[in-house]
Formats: sequence, structure tokens, C-alpha cells
Amino acid sequence: MSDDIWVLGTHMTKFGRYKDQDLIDLGATAAMGALADGGVHIDDVGIFGCGNLNQSNAGVGQRILKQIGQTGIPVYNVANACATGATAFRTAYLAIKAGECDMGLAVGVEQMGKQGLLGAANRAKRDEKVFEPNGRYGGVLQTEGVLGTGLMPGVFAQAGMEYAYENDGVGFEQFAKVAQKNHAHSVLNPLAHYQKEFSLEEVMGAEMISYPNTLMMCCPTTDGAAAAVLVSGERLRTLSAEQQRRAVKISASVLNSDPWTPSSQVQPDVNTLTRQAADRAYELAGVSPKDLDLVELHDCFATAELIHYDNLSLCERGGAGEWIDKRGPWRDGEIPVNVSGGLLSKGHPLGATGIANIYEVTTHLRGEAGDRQIPDAKVGLTHVIGLGSACAIHILERSGR
Amino acid sequence: MASQIPVVDYLVLDAEPHLVVNACVACGARFFDRRNACASCAGTEFRREPLGRSGKVRSFTIVHRAAPGVPTPYVSALVDLDGGMTVKSNIVNTDPTPEKVRLGMPVRLTTFVVDSDSRGVECVAFGFEPAN
Ligand SMILES: [Zn+2]
Repeated sequence: MSDDIWVLGTHMTKFGRYKDQDLIDLGATAAMGALADGGVHIDDVGIFGCGNLNQSNAGVGQRILKQIGQTGIPVYNVANACATGATAFRTAYLAIKAGECDMGLAVGVEQMGKQGLLGAANRAKRDEKVFEPNGRYGGVLQTEGVLGTGLMPGVFAQAGMEYAYENDGVGFEQFAKVAQKNHAHSVLNPLAHYQKEFSLEEVMGAEMISYPNTLMMCCPTTDGAAAAVLVSGERLRTLSAEQQRRAVKISASVLNSDPWTPSSQVQPDVNTLTRQAADRAYELAGVSPKDLDLVELHDCFATAELIHYDNLSLCERGGAGEWIDKRGPWRDGEIPVNVSGGLLSKGHPLGATGIANIYEVTTHLRGEAGDRQIPDAKVGLTHVIGLGSACAIHILERSGR
Repeated sequence: MASQIPVVDYLVLDAEPHLVVNACVACGARFFDRRNACASCAGTEFRREPLGRSGKVRSFTIVHRAAPGVPTPYVSALVDLDGGMTVKSNIVNTDPTPEKVRLGMPVRLTTFVVDSDSRGVECVAFGFEPAN
């Protein structure tokens, strides 16, 4: 259909730590790689969506164009928590959908520095201390660690334990099996930050960060970039047979925010918005979860991946523990999940993640994923969550060939 | 006796310390922060409502690696209060282990001094302890 929008080119840098390259280097590398992969030139591009979180007020998109071609096109610098990359992708998608242009570029890039997911210390030492209520809760001191935790490892641990409370057969071991799987998958992905397999005992015996998540069940601190070139169906028809054969159809592009739920006053509810976004995406694409050949979902922590099996309807409702026990999400299982190694081993450069998972699924749908190729993959789904919250889901399908 | 100040304004320090919420008059949705409007129905009229002092552990995590300056390990939990509303705070007065802290465990509100300022004013926080 000519009103479909397609991924024409995509690229990602190897994820890891880059001391000698800044985020402009990484972003430009990904952008030029995606343009080359799509067989097009920056002059062809009519819009640029640039996703970055840590320098989101610093004109990252314009600085990337200053490296790869200042063609004067509109740049949208996007920040949307861990859904930043996917939101940048969708910005380009929307511009094409609106008819403003027929080709767009999306880049997600992040240099994480040393902060990791716990954040930096920001407690100032003062000689004089006077308690005064501050902010929307009238807090008189830092409440982190006093009134529970609001940091990522704890929030996602609590989200997993809430699922364990509501459903049978879910505990420390089931969460650990998620990390065991993703580390095993990463061995086949040369672009992953870490490519090392661990036994279940090693995962469970690693340093405890925030029970039930051990160190190996938390994503590492990683730099990297990913990019995609999107094209309208009409423009795609004018391109070569090879470009048309390798193009991947975007069957659904969904972004939402968290609807009000009673418990979300004290802990972000990452379930309701994911379930709603997934249901909408399946409906738009006319695809059921059973049709999926692979899924790249937001495993920032092992506990998060397990609950999303249920939220994305990959398993029976309430059955995520049983599903990992019977190896449903392994690469040779019912629906392979995170065959890239996921955020847990591939890494999670915040702004890049949402496009890197589109790169991964696109590469499988083209049959170009090498050793980690899922045989005859036709349909795939990508999912990211930005806490606070945003959920982005894309369903991708290979072209008819 | 030193004067005291609650760690957050939704903690009321009286003979029976308890939490309060801003409840939407139209739909009953409850909020700990001050409101511009209701997140559930967009209503703009609110009333103060006291919350129950006992409840059950809906979820928890045992934090071993924390933000700088926070003593570890400690237990952060989501507690479903009797009479409604979920609140987050620490589980105190028990060992921070998965053997002692269990999902569904009955707990009750307790308060304690966490710090004092240069004037000697004490900051009082709340947590939850096992109910039996
Ligand atoms: Zn209301």
C-alpha cells in the first residue's frame, strides 16, 4: 500500500564505552551508516528526529547535521526518557505520514558518562541546617531511602515483585532466568556491549543490587548510537528493486503515556500503558502475538522483562513465570525475546535504545542477522518504556520480496 | 521537648500519627501531592481524607546498592492500606531479608526521628513494621 511507511536503511554502532568519541561522532556514524544502508543521500532527507537524553538542551541534532550535511531541514531534538529513540523515530514517521516530506532520518545517541542508573550525588553540605517544607509533597529532606526508593533498580524490582504477589509461580529464580537467557543470546551478537554467558547459579549468586535483581539482572552503563531512514511507500516505488526488497514495513507505530491508575501515585505503573499500547499496535497492524517471530522489549532489569511477557500478551495472562520456565522466550522457543542480548547485555544507551531495537528486528526481517538470525522471520515487535511514563511499540513486517 | 516537623506534609503528627490525602470530590481518586486538577477525571474540587494506619505489603525490594549517603541494606515497599490507597515507604523494625519480609505481610504505620536541624527541630518520618 502506498500509504505505508517503511524502514529503508538502518545502522547501529557497537554498544560499549567510547572514551575517544563524543556523542556527535557516534550519532554521525549511525546516521551515515543508515543513509548508506538505504542507498540514499542526506539531500534526500526532509526531516531529522534526533533522540538524546543527557544533553537534550544542547542542539545535538543540529550538531550531527554539521558533521554530515547542513541541508537546512527541520530538526526535532527529542527527549522522552528511555522512549527517546523510539519517539525520535516516530517524529520522522509522523512527518512522512502528514505529507511534509517523503523521507526522514531518525537518530538515537547517548554518552552515559559515569552516572549509571543510580544518578550522581547531589546532597550539598551546609553549615546551617533549617528544616523547611519544599516541593509538591512538602518534603523537609531527601526522602530517597527514607520513604522507600524511587531509583530505577528499586522501582523495577518492586514492579516485578508486585507481579509475583499477584501471580503464582513467580520468584527470584524466574527473574534470574530472564537474565540467564539474555546473556546467553548476547554471545551471538557482535554489537552487544557484553557477550558472555552465565549459569543460573552465577546470575543468582552475583552481587545483590536491589532484591530480586542482582548485578547481572541490571543493564550496564553503555554508550552508543542507532539510526534509521524512513520512506513513504510512494517514494519507495521509485527506488531500485534491491532497495524495495530490503525495505521493512512499519505496520504499527504507537506512542502513549500512562493513564491514571490508583497505585501509580507512589510507583509508576509500567503495565497499564504497555498493555494499552500493545493492544493498539496489534489492532493497527492486524497482527496477533502468535504471529510474532521475534520481540525486542525493554529489559532494563530482569524483573521488567518478565512482566512485559504478560503486558505484550506473549504468554497467558498471569503466566509469565511458567513461560520463562518452559523457555518460551529463548531464541529456539515459542516467541524469541531479546535475541540481541537485550538491554541487559547489549547495553542501554538511553536515547539510542529505541532505535537499536528497530535495527535488530529489521536486520532479522531482511535475513541479514548472521549467526543470530531467527530463521524465516516475517513479523517482529519492538517495545520501550520511558519511566514517568512513555511507551512506544512498533510492529515491523518484511516486504513481499 | 524538641519541636517536630513531618518529613512530608501528608504525614500528620498527632496522638495517632497518620497519612492524609487530597481526595477528588467528584470521583474519589486520592493524591498525596497538592493538586491543580484530578488526574482521573479532571475535577477541581478536593477534600482532605485521613488514611488507615495498617495494611499489607503489595510489593517490596531490598536495596543493597543505594544513592550516596543512604545506609544499606534497607527495604522499600508498596503497602496497600486498609480502607484504600497504596503508599511507598521503608519496612522497619525487622531484618532486611526475603525470609523476614514477605509479600502480603500485614504491617502497621510507625514513626521515628530521622534527623534534627540547627535549631533542634526534629524531622519525623514514617515507615511500616510487621503487625504481629
Ligand atoms: Zn476525580
